[in-house]
Amino acid sequence: MAIETGELELLIKKAFPESEVILKDLVGDGDHYEVTIKSAIFHDKSKVEQHRLVNQALKGYLGGILHALSIKTLPLNN
Amino acid sequence: MSDTILVQIKNDIESNNIVLYMKGNSQIPQCGFSATVCSILNNLEVEYKDFDVLLDSDLREGIKTYSDWPTIPQLYIKGEFIGGCDIVKEMYASGELLELLKRHELIA
Repeated sequence: MAIETGELELLIKKAFPESEVILKDLVGDGDHYEVTIKSAIFHDKSKVEQHRLVNQALKGYLGGILHALSIKTLPLNN
Repeated sequence: MSDTILVQIKNDIESNNIVLYMKGNSQIPQCGFSATVCSILNNLEVEYKDFDVLLDSDLREGIKTYSDWPTIPQLYIKGEFIGGCDIVKEMYASGELLELLKRHELIA
């Protein structure tokens, strides 16, 4: 199971508009990714809440077609 | 999924100070993310109760429902869901995890 980098990137960017999204395919197999999202939406939220927003955006993918995704969230001040 | 598993999870989390739901066990982790959390806890020299979700598909699905979190590993300290590998890693690097463990008197 794997997901195209472009498809995944689009999915995340759509869920987090006006945010900086950096997606890395860690080993080039479409199966192990790392994403860094800088967004004002994370401001004043706990890490768990921040990651929950990302999990929510990728619902149905994470743990299925998307095997391994490292998530880094960085709050931006408005 | 039966409610029994959710009751069991709640009980396990509440009766152990530190609980890690993982793939494999603390001796032989079966996934890189689980291995990372184990090595962090080992570095901190804290005792924790590990549950291998690969041995029990009810537990594997149950823990995701319990925390509303889609991935494993999952770390709990004093009944509170702390996060998965990425959050634990960040909290370890920032010293936040050590502080939390000290606050709960789980570490000297």
